[in-house]
Amino acid sequence: MSAVMTRAPLWRRLLRDPRAALGLLLVGLAVLGAVLAPLLPLPGPETPDFLATLAPPGGAYPLGTDDLGRDTLSRILAGARVSLLVGVASVGAALLLGGAIGLLAGFLGGWVDVVLMRLMDVLLAFPGILLALGITAALGASLTNTVIAIAVVNLPVLARVARGQALALRGLDYVRAQQALGFGPLTILWRAVLPNALSPILVQASVLLASSIITESYLSFLGLGVQPPTPSWGNMLRDAIGFLDQAPWLAWFPGLAIFLTVLGFNLLGDGVRDRLDPRD
Amino acid sequence: MRMIAGRLLALVPVLFGLCVLSFALLASVPGDPVTAMLGLEADPAAIATLRAKYALDEPLPLRFLAWFWQVLHGDLGRSIQTGRPVLEMIGAALVPTLQLALAALLVSLVIAIPAGVVAATRRNGPADFAATLVALCGLSLPSFWLGILLIMGFSIALPVLPSSGHVAFLADPWEALRHLALPALTLGAAMAAATMRMTRAAMIEILSADFIRTARAKGVPARGVVWRHALRNALMPVVTLVGLQLGQLMGGVVVTESVFSWPGIGKLTVDAIFARDFPVVQGAILVTATLFVLINLVTDLLYAVLDPRLRKRA
Repeated sequence: MSAVMTRAPLWRRLLRDPRAALGLLLVGLAVLGAVLAPLLPLPGPETPDFLATLAPPGGAYPLGTDDLGRDTLSRILAGARVSLLVGVASVGAALLLGGAIGLLAGFLGGWVDVVLMRLMDVLLAFPGILLALGITAALGASLTNTVIAIAVVNLPVLARVARGQALALRGLDYVRAQQALGFGPLTILWRAVLPNALSPILVQASVLLASSIITESYLSFLGLGVQPPTPSWGNMLRDAIGFLDQAPWLAWFPGLAIFLTVLGFNLLGDGVRDRLDPRD
Repeated sequence: MRMIAGRLLALVPVLFGLCVLSFALLASVPGDPVTAMLGLEADPAAIATLRAKYALDEPLPLRFLAWFWQVLHGDLGRSIQTGRPVLEMIGAALVPTLQLALAALLVSLVIAIPAGVVAATRRNGPADFAATLVALCGLSLPSFWLGILLIMGFSIALPVLPSSGHVAFLADPWEALRHLALPALTLGAAMAAATMRMTRAAMIEILSADFIRTARAKGVPARGVVWRHALRNALMPVVTLVGLQLGQLMGGVVVTESVFSWPGIGKLTVDAIFARDFPVVQGAILVTATLFVLINLVTDLLYAVLDPRLRKRA
């Protein structure tokens, strides 16, 4: 890789990779849709039109309507807001907490490491969706609890990556120099370890965004995630099941929205990982 | 042997943690679990009986110990809804789940291994590009949506396969296979994507190894080099991934079983959550997670058996 390319900012390097550029485009469209939805001349996502129930795509309703006559396009855009919010909030919360747990465990070592990482092992011992299901069953189905459940699923993954980074960094000279200068462990973690550990943790977090959006759709599809009337792609598909023979579009579009958004995050995640991996 | 003993010993705290967490999930249900089970207008006598039955007036740690003691003796309690022992219900549900998991595994291997090998041998060609693209799409496809699309295609538009239900193999093998087809394809497709990527990566690495060049130099036909020499060695990491995926499958069945009304452990869990049948929820989560941990352990050990280098190191 040439020196010029190395110095180019990450987003510009991502744009040069056709796969990552496609990922950026798909994610960008989802974000744009979510942000601009309220400004578009569309019926509200929860506004029924009883004269146009189960209307096929076309005319006043480009993506058709559901059994209550609600506009599918408007609901998909509102669902984008929910999916992205749950994805970003659950990964963000796991990033803060898991990052802190992993860095502390790796840097301090000893019993702190053993206790914290055994706890993370227990969380990792559950298949992700099952753990999320158990948590929402215990806390009750709601948007906030969906975020909490998915954050707990993501927590051990990020803690492990952070711990690995802290372990690798704590033996390096510049970290030991800080110890020799008498700085406390928290100061060293904040000033010397965190900035250098951040990029692999962020790469892992970007990969988790895709799986978090899928997990949210699973939970909402099962009726244990985001609750109606708030539209989410998962609960739209749950409603669509009853109308597969009369109104198949109700199942096409929300599924396509999940697929394209997750594909976007996967492509982008692959691209970021390739660009930030020095071996590449 | 020492490695196996070490791995089994390391399992003890994890399994204990699973029990604590499964118990804690139930204990953290907001409000009184008895009210949650019986409803707000329940008879006070019934409430008192149930409270006594589940020792709900005892402190939490004591309740945990009592429950844990029962679990150690293979007693997961009784279902509030049906009154049947939870373990019996889980045992009955595990059979269809294992059928589905094995069928899905078979589907994924049949798709993924040939596709991975072809993609690696024609690296950067159109076949490779197509296989990689399909795999990436497969990874991004939510399995329940694929299930819904398959139902729309093969049960509604072209009504050739049933969209729900389960038939026992011994009762009617043909019908059993027909009912198994769509759920197995749904679950298998998701696994196939990751397995194909791993097979491709492992094959690319192995195909550039010295022993492959030697085999070629000796005049082994190209097909023999790829399928006999290279694939055999490339399968090592694939076995690990398949094992890990079989574990993940225990989670994936939850959604797939709900789409196809497949009476397995995933559907049992979801139905029990809606029925607020907490002993069943707790038991099903505990058993599924334990299976997940055990499958991962067997995968690790199998890997050591397949790769003699790991045995020596351990």
